[in-house]
Amino acid sequence: MCDGCWRGAAEMEAFTRLTSAAVALPRPNIDTDQIIPARFLSRPREVDHGEFLFHDARRVPATGEQDPDFPLNREEFGAARIIVAGRNFACGSSRESAVWALFDAGFRCAIAPSFGDIFRTNGMKNGLLPVVLPAEAVAALIGQVEAAPGAEVTVDLQALEVTFPDGSVHGFEVDPFARHCLLEGLDEIGLTLSLEDEIAAFERRYGRENTR
Amino acid sequence: MSEAPRTMFEKIWERHRVLEREDGQTLLYVDRHLVHEGGAAAFAALRRRGLKPRAPDRIFTVPDHYAPTDSRRLDDIRDPRHREMIELLASNAKEHGIRHFGLGGPEQGIVHVIGPELGLSQPGMLIVCGDSHTSTHGALGALAFGIGSTEVAHVLATQTLWQRKPKTMRITVEGRLGEGVSAKDVILAIIARIGAAGATGHVIEYAGSAITGLSMEGRLTLCNMSIEAGGRAGMVAPDEVAFVYLAGRTYAPEDWEAALSRWRALPSDPGAVFDAEVTLDGGAIEPMVTWGNSPEEALPIGGTVPGPEAAADAERRETMARTLDYMGLAPGMPLEGLAVDRVFIGSCTNSRIEDLRAAAAVARGRRVAEGVEAWVVAGSEAVKRQAEAEGLHEVFRGAGFAWREPGCSMCVGMNGDIARPGSRVASTSNRNFMGRQGPGARTHLVSPAMAAAAAVSGHFTDVRRLLAGGG
Repeated sequence: MCDGCWRGAAEMEAFTRLTSAAVALPRPNIDTDQIIPARFLSRPREVDHGEFLFHDARRVPATGEQDPDFPLNREEFGAARIIVAGRNFACGSSRESAVWALFDAGFRCAIAPSFGDIFRTNGMKNGLLPVVLPAEAVAALIGQVEAAPGAEVTVDLQALEVTFPDGSVHGFEVDPFARHCLLEGLDEIGLTLSLEDEIAAFERRYGRENTR
Repeated sequence: MSEAPRTMFEKIWERHRVLEREDGQTLLYVDRHLVHEGGAAAFAALRRRGLKPRAPDRIFTVPDHYAPTDSRRLDDIRDPRHREMIELLASNAKEHGIRHFGLGGPEQGIVHVIGPELGLSQPGMLIVCGDSHTSTHGALGALAFGIGSTEVAHVLATQTLWQRKPKTMRITVEGRLGEGVSAKDVILAIIARIGAAGATGHVIEYAGSAITGLSMEGRLTLCNMSIEAGGRAGMVAPDEVAFVYLAGRTYAPEDWEAALSRWRALPSDPGAVFDAEVTLDGGAIEPMVTWGNSPEEALPIGGTVPGPEAAADAERRETMARTLDYMGLAPGMPLEGLAVDRVFIGSCTNSRIEDLRAAAAVARGRRVAEGVEAWVVAGSEAVKRQAEAEGLHEVFRGAGFAWREPGCSMCVGMNGDIARPGSRVASTSNRNFMGRQGPGARTHLVSPAMAAAAAVSGHFTDVRRLLAGGG
């Protein structure tokens, strides 16, 4: 579709189809401060952010020890590459390191009834697919994941379908352009740079408006 | 095509459209790109690809998240990582010829305070920043929203951004706000009403007599927390309040008359249709306090902590039990009288001159209660200068508040300004998330006047009583 559009190496890992165990965090409004506390944001992307994922939420406050009951700490969910959560997942701060922490910890897909808008965009641009399903479907998925830890869920970005452990199939929608980029592992800067003529023409048309 | 009535959002969107793909993705041109220390990853990405900023004159940088509030000197920053983040921003700006408002300089401050204050944020503009509270700038009639760092790199390289057109929501607040009720109470009441995801996927336009009656500072507070309702952006139609505010500011348009005629055409046309409509009675809004870990968990000061039995479903019940445990609260406890350990007056939500005046009016002639540590952190050097010219710093200091240097400070704690585990904070910031003000810290969001009232009382109280001369 974009032959010759791309300058430089593609920076994003592609996502086509994933079959994996899933882990559930059945709470609404899990914010990006919980996903990665602010004190870890001064690390460059090259640093493995996986160890910061839910750094405080997964620990017992009084002792600082790992909380054995926190789903991400439970051994039976250790292989999960899909995270399932309540409504408004990853709301709050625009910190892209929330996506990096999930990605570096092995996650490639998040399923929830709704997402914070900025996180949803950040995920699509970093190889972490956000899937919105109806609240009832997410509740059913959470029930199945908790009843049979390790049971496999398949997320197919080509077919736009999620297959639950019980075999039920649930369609979802993703922006077509972002889907194309994620399927191919392309980031957008290369594409946009190829539109130089259009941008320059806009700038001529727009003139000095909104410079001073 | 006939001239269908358009919303302000649609007018700004169309004015900035470079092109639209068949699949609906639209390439938008960005007027102003504001960058704080968080832009480091984006500059690094640019460097990896051998790219340079396309339009350096449209980019402005300022350190705020890691800015120390006990000093203006880099050498005084204890954590070398924090110091490096501030230095990196300055060196990136220098390398690319970008205007930088450095630490210790006269323009430095929180990015969402200095944008409007310097006149960088103007009606009709498309403004982005790698920060979710960029919605603030919409108070001037701009389309302003936060982006992630991959998008920051994209804007640096191309001065454009791919977007799918969001939906629109109009929130109309009619009536007259009561004494002691501020913009902060209005936005907390709105979020309590529609929920933390109530406006997800939408750009909000605030309208109605209670909104047009707000000062520019009040509108900035209101739009600031649009993201806390899930909104992509928040905006208020520009009017004389906005024009008077902007006139004479450093970056105000050179051709003022031409700008005014453009700006006067911006408000939504009569009959313009919004995808969603919400209305509130402004006269019924009371001073608000949050009790939980989401801004939607807010109640009037006269309220009591709800119990898990009030939750709509099992998921919420479980969450509420965790929230009450984290917050050290029990169902049925009155919010009034709840003791506080710390008070923070500051942040991009409430650190402007009007906020400090409102807090000082309560603090004047009173003392911070025994055992309470109370801070005032002005939003910018300019706000600090103005407050000092008015003698507000003496009012605060005289009452026992600490008067500190401008930055994000305890709103996000990235510079090390945090509260101890278990301490209860009355905060004028925007997020009461778990751990937001430090691991285990218990944040309650309030207005500046309510925060000052908590400071001098030692507990949450109805500021209206203090304003009436009681207390």
